[in-house]
Amino acid sequence: MASANRFYNFISILEQIYSMKEPLVKRIWLFYYDGFRSMTLGKTLWLIIAIKLFIMFFILKLFFFRSELGVYSSQEEKSEHVIKNLINPK
Amino acid sequence: MLLASLLGLSRLQFALTAMFHWLFVPLTIGLGFIIAIMETYYVRTGNEFWKRTTKFWMKIFAINFAIGVATGIILEFQFGTNWSNYSWFVGDIFGAPLAIEGIFAFFLETTFFAIMFFGWNKVSKNVHLLSTWLVAFGTVLSALWILVANAWMQYPVGMEFNPDTARNEMVDFWAVALSPIALNKFIHTVTNCFVVAAVAVTGISSWYLLKKREEEFARKSIRIASVFGLISLIVLIWSGDGSAYHVAKKQPMKLAAMEGLYRSQNGTPIVAFGILNPKKSISRLERDSLGFALQEPYLFNISIPKGLSLLVDRKSNTFVPGIEDIIQGGYTYINDLGEEVVALPVRERMKRGRIAIEALANYHKAKEVGDDHGKELSLIALKENFSHFGYGYIEKQTDIVPNVPLTFYAFRIMVILGGFFILLFSLAIYLERKGIIYKTRWFLVLSIISIPLVYICTQAGWIVAEVGRQPWTIQDLLTTGASLSGVSASSVMTTTIMFFVLFSVLLAAELTILFKVIHKGPAQ
Repeated sequence: MASANRFYNFISILEQIYSMKEPLVKRIWLFYYDGFRSMTLGKTLWLIIAIKLFIMFFILKLFFFRSELGVYSSQEEKSEHVIKNLINPK
Repeated sequence: MLLASLLGLSRLQFALTAMFHWLFVPLTIGLGFIIAIMETYYVRTGNEFWKRTTKFWMKIFAINFAIGVATGIILEFQFGTNWSNYSWFVGDIFGAPLAIEGIFAFFLETTFFAIMFFGWNKVSKNVHLLSTWLVAFGTVLSALWILVANAWMQYPVGMEFNPDTARNEMVDFWAVALSPIALNKFIHTVTNCFVVAAVAVTGISSWYLLKKREEEFARKSIRIASVFGLISLIVLIWSGDGSAYHVAKKQPMKLAAMEGLYRSQNGTPIVAFGILNPKKSISRLERDSLGFALQEPYLFNISIPKGLSLLVDRKSNTFVPGIEDIIQGGYTYINDLGEEVVALPVRERMKRGRIAIEALANYHKAKEVGDDHGKELSLIALKENFSHFGYGYIEKQTDIVPNVPLTFYAFRIMVILGGFFILLFSLAIYLERKGIIYKTRWFLVLSIISIPLVYICTQAGWIVAEVGRQPWTIQDLLTTGASLSGVSASSVMTTTIMFFVLFSVLLAAELTILFKVIHKGPAQ
């Protein structure tokens, strides 16, 4: 009976320990969340990064930097296009 | 006019965006290590002074990183739009190092970046310190793979050309990754980054001393930066010597342009300082060979006898070919296999290059009609002449000569400023140890002026490397002209203007934020 009580005490201690420990994913999330929330200068820098990336990927890349070979769907068509350019230099 | 042409505009766009990108990268790489050293002091001594110092320089690092991040992506955009023949031709040679860079090195940086900035009171001192060192190494690892890709452009190895796809296929990853050009370029570029950061830290700290603010912070920052900078400079000079050695072997025209050397001799002198004769223009070489020959290459020069022979071959009597020597050929040199061979004249290489291009065309014609014998013959001709492939696009011999004045003067600016920084760091160490740096006003002003000078120096180095490489995108295999896409010159002009505006705004934003943070000083 005494050993059974000790066993159940041990299990309840383990349960307490593990209930205090948050899941790893949550702890990582909180780490980043608290970090971003407490930023001061960092918020300005992130805003600059976000604007810069938006301009690069959603304006420049979409409208001005289309890949010349992107119009071809297959590798064969792309290689044919390049071979034509290589053997008929401008 | 070159600049108005598609080729000129595409080159200008790439050069400007690369130079802009390179305004941020060196400080990120170098400052990462300086911060790690300072934080190591904090962890070892427990002195809160070092924590405060580290956090200040971390702010500078963060600003520079934030503004500079992704500016390199614009270069990748250009590969696809302006240089599609090139980006296809290089196959997976370029793609593999850049992919490794993106996946491994950048991931390492950004993961531990968060711990570096958010983890001060959340992780142990040792974990935080480890993160800071890993961020520093992460930046260097990013640089490694980009430099491996660039080194391959200068010395293409470890690949086989596939005539069916017109792509170069990597057959030996280690030949690419460990090419002597790649290793030397990596050491030279990274130590150059260390020097840039060391000069920046010294200069900013000198400003504080001039303003009679944060004396202890400034002195100790100068102490660390100047020792770090001086050690880096020694390695930089050693690797610079290595660069010259490799350039002489693999890119002799680049070396000749760096020296303004036209006609050589056994025991070639090195020009320590000189002013080129503008009448000795390469455009006159074919037009008026006699008049060209009569012109002296320099208006003025100070040369060290046999210096270039010693630099490139460690022997005093080596013949280091000049521009005309390379064009005319006939001189002997030792090839990669250690054999003594006679250099082919450029005219002969142009002929063989045309044979290679024609062989590629004939290969595809034979393939279309199912002529296996024709395919085989064409393949043999292509393989025999592939090492001269790019020469098939050269129209006149002098086209293989890069811009001599730009290469020559950029090289001298880089070396002279490098020498100046040795003096700067040595003086900084001496004055700081004597305890008189805070009142040596002329030195403090010189340190501040050194900040733009170090950026000029580092850009000059890349100008030597990349302008000296012209007209090649891949040495001997593909010219810049043959690398181009079919976009219009006007669209390249439009995007160049857009970049110029975007990057100017970014640069102005960085400088504004930086000056504010520096003015505010380390947190109390």
